[in-house]
Amino acid sequence: MAKKVDFMMGNHAVAEGALYAGCKFFGGYPITPSTEVAERMAERLPKVGGRFIQMEDEIAAMASVVGASLAGSKSLTATSGPGFSLKQENLGYACLTEIPVVVVDVMRGGPSTGMPTGPSQSDIMQAKWGTHGDHPIIAVTPASVQEQFDETVRAFNLSEKYRCPVVVLTDAIIGQMMESLTIPEKGGMEIVDREMPTCKPEEFLPYDMSKDVNPLPPFGKGYRFHVTGLHYDETGFPTNDPVLHTKNTKRIIEKLEKNYDDIVQVDEFMTDDAEVLVFAIGVSARSAKHAVLEARNNGIKAGLMRPLTIWPFPEKHLEKILSKNNIKGIVVPEMNLGQMTLEVDKVARGRCKVEGLYSLMVDPILPADILEKIRRFA
Amino acid sequence: MAYNYSKYLRNEKLPHIWCPGCTYGIALKSMIRAIDGLGWEKDDIVVTSGIGCVSRMPGYMDFNTLHTTHGRSIAFATGVKLANPELKVIALGGDGDMTAIGGNHFIHVCRRNIDMTVFVFNNNIYGMTGAQYSPTTPRGSWAATAPYGMPESNFDITELAIGSGASFVARTTSYHTPHCEKMVKEALQHKGLSVVEIISACPTGFGRKNKFKTPTSMLVDMKERAVNIQKAAKMSDEEMEGKYKIGVLHKEERPEHVETYDSVVGFQKGV
Ligand SMILES: Cc1ncc(C[n+]2csc(CCOP(=O)(O)OP(=O)(O)O)c2C)c(N)n1
Ligand code: SF4
Repeated sequence: MAKKVDFMMGNHAVAEGALYAGCKFFGGYPITPSTEVAERMAERLPKVGGRFIQMEDEIAAMASVVGASLAGSKSLTATSGPGFSLKQENLGYACLTEIPVVVVDVMRGGPSTGMPTGPSQSDIMQAKWGTHGDHPIIAVTPASVQEQFDETVRAFNLSEKYRCPVVVLTDAIIGQMMESLTIPEKGGMEIVDREMPTCKPEEFLPYDMSKDVNPLPPFGKGYRFHVTGLHYDETGFPTNDPVLHTKNTKRIIEKLEKNYDDIVQVDEFMTDDAEVLVFAIGVSARSAKHAVLEARNNGIKAGLMRPLTIWPFPEKHLEKILSKNNIKGIVVPEMNLGQMTLEVDKVARGRCKVEGLYSLMVDPILPADILEKIRRFA
Repeated sequence: MAYNYSKYLRNEKLPHIWCPGCTYGIALKSMIRAIDGLGWEKDDIVVTSGIGCVSRMPGYMDFNTLHTTHGRSIAFATGVKLANPELKVIALGGDGDMTAIGGNHFIHVCRRNIDMTVFVFNNNIYGMTGAQYSPTTPRGSWAATAPYGMPESNFDITELAIGSGASFVARTTSYHTPHCEKMVKEALQHKGLSVVEIISACPTGFGRKNKFKTPTSMLVDMKERAVNIQKAAKMSDEEMEGKYKIGVLHKEERPEHVETYDSVVGFQKGV
């Protein structure tokens, strides 16, 4: 029996998804338009055996969730553009040290303080490259209140399974809108917990390089180990060995590439015979769906590819349709000046035209504007 | 009788990276004796550090250890403590780590009065990056980024801690080893946020260019300038000129954060 909840705000749905996934710690710092995630966690966590803290800034908040995760709690933080920039330092720490954490970024207009209440999709590249160095990252992109819940649960599962930080990349419209939400009963959705070691403590290697993902025992349970943000060897202690550093950096990135099929999810709509493709995430994908339907009504074979995972980039999915269908052109509507279009273009490699439809206006991109672009390719 | 430090050290990680004459090793020994004196289990202890010479210390200590980003030792430790308050949490760092980049975390953890212990190793300089000035470099002293003498005013770390609400604040030095052990032990036993400033010597970064000809001369300076708090109470301002107090400078009973949080919000364990 599923539990039905009528009309919930997108940001609240993220909090409910986190709790459903077993989140027991939230460390945050308020910023519009993400604050409702923190507010709901502050109210709900103590009732389910978890704790909330409003830290002194986003750097501290990100540090606190990594600390809490190491002490055994599934942990969440939520923010928006300027706060996401501050979190990058310790997000990078979590990437290198392979600590599972979930970060919600409710995108607003930037750069800098930018457009505090204006929705945007301009952190696509920040989610991937915001922190320095080559590193793994997973980012999921919900487009409805239901998906805010579902994708947050999935974010926790992926984070625990692959010991990798996961970003829930959403936007001010999806975060602030109200829609109906169905929360499944306990057991209705799969919940993944990180693997625990079975060996004796003295045999435990926190970073066995022969494995893609190593068990992660919480501090205080007899497996004493060292965690450092310096490049480390298999015992977790610093090393300056460039060969080892290269090998390990590749390992943590490749563990995601190897598991592409499990991590990358794409919702496809009318793509079977599509000749014009729209590639969009979040709120822009909602408009795109209308445009595709409208195009079909006009006899144009349009289809929509809507990634639920934007990082790793859904290359294989795009590649598949490009090799199977006779794609004349791809339209990429996004609320920025072309971050995602670049990636699509990279995959298309000149095989078809790729055209972005960019907007920095605070309203969502309209279906009519997307339709007009589709027509040009038809 | 020789003390068995090796029980608490990751002996295979030694020798340490510190320069000859650096006093971090001395302080580490005092800390180990204090922890041993308390009989704490190694598995129950979590030590976090930031970045800097002293922040390499947890790597040598056989506990659950976390070497974090520059200045963030306390912020990581806060998450650890809230996730599992049964853990005994120690956050450490240098004067730069704790009062410059980490200054915000430092004052806020004092305000919250979380039950953990913060050790600030004050050598008045950024050792690791090669002797740039820190918020505690004395006015007029040479630093690589203060070639004409330090032009800025300083923090007094203990006053900063007291003013921010730490419920236990002490100062000790790495010369006064039994005193250091005692201060560390009292701080660890204190319920609430305890801060211990451990005056340290960086002969490589600070000493060489600031008229301390040998590492020993820096220890002699600690011996001469540190005045026990009881003795200081009987001394005039003129007599205290150029000297500093060591001992427990502040102690009060104040509600601890996690306990307060749990009771205020109706925390329900194990749901
Ligand atoms: C974000 C960031 N900024 C700057 C640095 C460079 N850095 C490394 S250690 C350090 C200062 C260390 O001084 P202190 O905390 O006093 O410790 P000590 O080395 O004297 O023990 C600095 C500035 C860094 N690692 N990270
Ligand atoms: S540079 Fe200074 S603080 Fe660093 S190890 Fe050498 S003496 Fe110690």
